[in-house]
Amino acid sequence: MGNYTDTIAAIATAVGSSGIGIVRVSGQEAFSVAGKIFLKGGKQNCDLGTEENDHRVLYGHIYDGDEMVDEVLVLVMRGPHSYTGEDTVEIDCHGGVLVTRRILETVIKYGARPAEPGEFSKRAFLNGRMDLSQAEAVMDVIQAKNQYALKSSMSQLKGKMSKCVKNLRERILYEMAYIESALDDPEHISLEGYPLRLKGTLESVMDEVRGLLNSADRGRVMTEGVRTVILGKPNAGKSSLLNVLAGEERAIVTDIAGTTRDILEEHIRMEGISLNVVDTAGIRETGDLVEQIGVLRAKDAARDADLIIYVVDGSVPLDENDENIISMIEEQEAVVLLNKSDLERTVTVEELRRRTDKRVIEISAKEELGIEELEKTVKDMFYGGEIDFNDQVYITNERHKSALTEALRSLKMVMESIDLRMPEDFYSIDLMNAYECLGSIVGESVGDDLVNEIFGKFCMGK
Amino acid sequence: MPCLDEIYDVVVVGAGHAGCEAALACARLGLETIMFTVSIDSIALMPCNPNIGGSSKGHLVRELDALGGEMGKNIDKTFIQSKMLNESKGPAVHSLRAQADKQDYTREMRRTLENTDHLMLRQAEVSEIVVEDGKIRGVKTFSGAVYRSKAVVLATGTYLNARCIYGDVSNATGPNGLQAANHLTDSLKANGVEMFRFKTGTPARVDKRSIDFSKMEEQFGDRRVVPFSFSTDPETIRKDQVSCWLTYTNERTHDIIRANLDRSPLFSGAIEGTGPRYCPSIEDKVVKFPDKERHQVFIEPEGLYTNEMYLGGMSSSLPEDVQYAMYRTVVGLEHVKIVRNAYAIEYDCINSRQLKPTLEFKDIEGLFSGGQFNGSSGYEEAAVQGFMAGVNAAMKVMGREPFVLDRSQAYIGVLIDDLVTKENHEPYRMMTSRAEYRLLLRQDNADLRLREIGHQIGLVSDEEFDRTLQKKKDIEAEVDRLEHSNIGANGKVQEFLERHGSTPLKTGATLAELVRRPELNYEMLAELDDKRPELSSDTAEQVNINIKYEGYIRRQKQQVAQFKKLESKRLDDDFDYSTVKSLRREAVQKLNLYKPISIGQASRISGVSPADISVLLVYLEQRRHGGRREEND
Repeated sequence: MGNYTDTIAAIATAVGSSGIGIVRVSGQEAFSVAGKIFLKGGKQNCDLGTEENDHRVLYGHIYDGDEMVDEVLVLVMRGPHSYTGEDTVEIDCHGGVLVTRRILETVIKYGARPAEPGEFSKRAFLNGRMDLSQAEAVMDVIQAKNQYALKSSMSQLKGKMSKCVKNLRERILYEMAYIESALDDPEHISLEGYPLRLKGTLESVMDEVRGLLNSADRGRVMTEGVRTVILGKPNAGKSSLLNVLAGEERAIVTDIAGTTRDILEEHIRMEGISLNVVDTAGIRETGDLVEQIGVLRAKDAARDADLIIYVVDGSVPLDENDENIISMIEEQEAVVLLNKSDLERTVTVEELRRRTDKRVIEISAKEELGIEELEKTVKDMFYGGEIDFNDQVYITNERHKSALTEALRSLKMVMESIDLRMPEDFYSIDLMNAYECLGSIVGESVGDDLVNEIFGKFCMGK
Repeated sequence: MPCLDEIYDVVVVGAGHAGCEAALACARLGLETIMFTVSIDSIALMPCNPNIGGSSKGHLVRELDALGGEMGKNIDKTFIQSKMLNESKGPAVHSLRAQADKQDYTREMRRTLENTDHLMLRQAEVSEIVVEDGKIRGVKTFSGAVYRSKAVVLATGTYLNARCIYGDVSNATGPNGLQAANHLTDSLKANGVEMFRFKTGTPARVDKRSIDFSKMEEQFGDRRVVPFSFSTDPETIRKDQVSCWLTYTNERTHDIIRANLDRSPLFSGAIEGTGPRYCPSIEDKVVKFPDKERHQVFIEPEGLYTNEMYLGGMSSSLPEDVQYAMYRTVVGLEHVKIVRNAYAIEYDCINSRQLKPTLEFKDIEGLFSGGQFNGSSGYEEAAVQGFMAGVNAAMKVMGREPFVLDRSQAYIGVLIDDLVTKENHEPYRMMTSRAEYRLLLRQDNADLRLREIGHQIGLVSDEEFDRTLQKKKDIEAEVDRLEHSNIGANGKVQEFLERHGSTPLKTGATLAELVRRPELNYEMLAELDDKRPELSSDTAEQVNINIKYEGYIRRQKQQVAQFKKLESKRLDDDFDYSTVKSLRREAVQKLNLYKPISIGQASRISGVSPADISVLLVYLEQRRHGGRREEND
């Protein structure tokens, strides 16, 4: 059953868990794609798919054009004797996380597409490379991985990116609906002078897609990890908590100083999960202008957060500032930490539980007590403790990039059709493709969007 | 009590556009067929607009014709004006529309039906379906007569529990004051059929003598008429065509409507049915698009026999006095006299999810249905469904394979797939944007796509099919010749190019390359092409399109190849999806409700995710091998 033969790629090793990374490429074009970027012995391209290369390890380098990416070992497996049963190339590199990713990006750039969640297992099964008894397991994996991918995609997309993509889709949809209503009802709606107008719109849409691609390349759109914001009154122990979380026994991956002194962002890894932790100015009513700005920023950060850690000072009574924070986090994923369990208690766990339905954990940032429970809680909340979230986020980012690239390509084809003076109905083929690609980023399918838009925006016949 | 008791192969209920096609298809395949109607004088009635075709609907008619249906032939006999819409746009959206002489249309269809062997027409109201053990056994009429049959096709249109409404006037009749069918719904419900209530409407008909045409724009038919039917010789249908007229509403019209909205049954809540968004009443348009200063009104003749004119664009359910007042604000209609009031009509139809893609009820074997009864709207949509339901009823009776067209084969396939796969909350109208592969599904190549299938079914004659085969050969040969005909950059060629605003040649080129230039086409290049064979105009058109849009056509064919992979993976209609553990709950629910026939259809059901589809693929593969193993044991 060689039906699913387009070429897919993914990182086959857990990112960051070992020094060696493997990028796996599978499908009809696996040999030619890999052949374009692999130079044997650093010198010449070679035909990877020959019989003599089959199940051999080749030594050489990966190049993106003129630029050398890494020194690698390449394992060639001709179908059906591979994991998926298809032609497969595995690229082993030892340059760590970043290089592994860079190789994946290069493979995608030269014609592979990022694998869907569970797609390697699916192909392996469909190509008869697995025992029938494994079917149930494969089905579970596909469903589970898709659910996580969706979740991670959504949580990464909450902010500006998703708004921007949705706006672009709306604009494309409007143009399609305009064309389609004119086609369906030529006596009511005219396309006179329309191509020129469309060109203007498309230019600005394409600029924005390019902008998104650039920021995806710089890795800014998808901040990896869970956007976590620590909130609390001044002096509740937020900074100590941050220090504990970022402590020496845990690796700090990056350390970006905030643009302002009042927000500090740290990239923290705990047990294979990474958090972007933002420490904020303490939230309180204040007359001080500078502090007010800090508070506003904290509130903004909280609104965009995937996770809020709300630190309560257990040694002083709850006041209206706490009330404010509690209502602020009502709709969000949050954990409440009752800090300073080492000191004498004024606030109790029970009291907090009466006021909020969030998980409450007692900790002492100073004594580093309760931190493990916090870690476990976060892990349960976001990952069900099963899947390495960061790999998922990363591959999601790659899928988004390839969707953006495809959307841009389709829009370019519309421009070409306009320049070639093709009739207007030809535009919709590529416009629809762009619309679908962008939809895959925000997890929306096409459905009856177009028909609804036509009826909603344009007054139709009879 | 002794009652009439007769036996037929197929019973068709309804003699509208769906019923006629269903009955003709069955009878022509040699099955003893009886067709019921509440009024034998209203066969193939056009109770709304006086035309056939239009954007995407024209496609349906031509496809139907290619398969061996009647509508195209009938309109070719009875049209009084014909137009190819969208001619300035791409070939995929060219669409034929013809104004019909309504009485002539009805009369001609009746003549055809009455002269078809194996077909009986019967005036009677069917009040019950007879079902035993989940199988259809026949129908019962209101008078108690029983007609036993192996299959039944329901095509009741808008007649089930119909109610016509304007202002506070409400009549329990079908369209045009015809008798409604008030009993069948109960019988259907008793047999577990889920019913919806839909609504549609029609504008007033007015007296031609009361219209001032001098204030309107005249709309002519095309000089060169393309027939709907591939069997009609264009030379035989030349005739003097009548005109239609265009005028507009204005702010005064809209003011009157706004001032009287409270008297509209639509807004007062007296109408409960769901109306179509694409065919809004004038009051809907004014409310929904308040910024629009005017709306078009097309004045169309109802036929040559009558002075009645149809006011296209102004359907309404406002009270009689308001209709008068608003129509009279329109330029040219200042003194208009109404012959028939505009009205809205409510009727019962089914939730079409209950149907298989063959238009057979999933739960009642041998019961088929088509047309507005299925929740669609439009004569053309009705006709094609009637045909498909009729053919499938016939296939069932004859023990032959069911007949389904998919989305890559025909608009008919798109229409039926949408009806049986998607949630349908309003009368469904065909639109070109609903067809994913419309560059391939053109009205001009319907014969090349579908004649062969019609021939296999047995509704296209050998002679008609041979003509299509010959056309195919001619097209291929000519395309091939043009791809291999080189012309040099000589003076004559350069002069020709310059004359048509085309870049001069630097080196030689093939004729095909020149056809691909946007400013040139096959016809124009005749003067550079002395070896050109004599070809019919429709063959030449195919040559031009195939060469000119080759790149786009190739891309769509690739998409179709992808699409076909999932369509060809069949699913059992009695499969219980809750046995597949990894499917999400919502997917299980939807899949069990719709019982798709293929993975492809499953993937189009809302609520079924791509991951669910992957899971199903794995499941199918497991079962396929599991099944084989059992066989080996």
